[in-house]
Amino acid sequence: MNAARALASIPYARFLGVRLDESPDGVVCVLPFRDDLVGNAALPALHGGVVGAFLELTALIQLIAQVDDDRVPKPIGFSVDYLRSVGPRETRGRAEIVKHGRRIANVRVIAWQDDPSKPVAAGTGNFLL
Amino acid sequence: MSDDAPRFALAALFGAGRRELVEHIPHCIRLGMEVLHVGPYTARVRLPYREELIGDPTRRVVFGGAITTLVDHAGGLAVFASLPDLKSIATLDLRIDYLRAAAPGHDLVGEAVCYRLTPNVAFVRASAWEVRPEDPFASCLATFMVGANTTLSAVARAVRDREDS
Repeated sequence: MNAARALASIPYARFLGVRLDESPDGVVCVLPFRDDLVGNAALPALHGGVVGAFLELTALIQLIAQVDDDRVPKPIGFSVDYLRSVGPRETRGRAEIVKHGRRIANVRVIAWQDDPSKPVAAGTGNFLL
Repeated sequence: MSDDAPRFALAALFGAGRRELVEHIPHCIRLGMEVLHVGPYTARVRLPYREELIGDPTRRVVFGGAITTLVDHAGGLAVFASLPDLKSIATLDLRIDYLRAAAPGHDLVGEAVCYRLTPNVAFVRASAWEVRPEDPFASCLATFMVGANTTLSAVARAVRDREDS
């Protein structure tokens, strides 16, 4: 399954409004800002859960894009580091498959806003294939 | 009350869930999240089952990241419920284990406990279930920065509004 089809088939991805940006360096997931994704209205900043979910989704999409299988990999565990406040702008994410085993894949993700060298969050997770 | 008794900034809001703990938070409103209970060092939150939260269309299971939102929110409230004074907080890191798939069609409940509070960092564990608390589908560890920024969060403002009224 390709990344675009995977994204379209996942209701939660449509709920977040995530879209793809196929750059020369690979798949980039884009989370446009929306008022109802905000967790702290005073800053304002995206809800931490939304940021974690976006990272996990980016990892999953990367994995689906590289695996020739219609099944969606199951997450086993996912870990998120919150590095900066995620402000009211577009957020972008890119994933890297660290290890693709027969049953398990390990994926690392980074998310940023204006400047890729200033990540707002980083994640890593294992998925059952 | 003795002077040694712990003081809680959120004490006035302890007990069964109160709307004011989520009504200032846009994403919680969007998800229909409900605070079921807040007490010293702990919080319990419900995330209603919705088709739009599904992550695996074949198995109709809620997306893992939506469960992250549930436990992150319960965790943040548990930290608030531990603080002696109003301070802003922010999630520093969060690790979640998906012990099994959540059964489709059920509302999800997340409960968090702040088991250690230091001046700068709060340590939290949380779990989530859909039928029985003793049979969780997710388990989580998280840390939060305390006094993360100069703005007050919605929860802090809810307490302040209450004290002003």
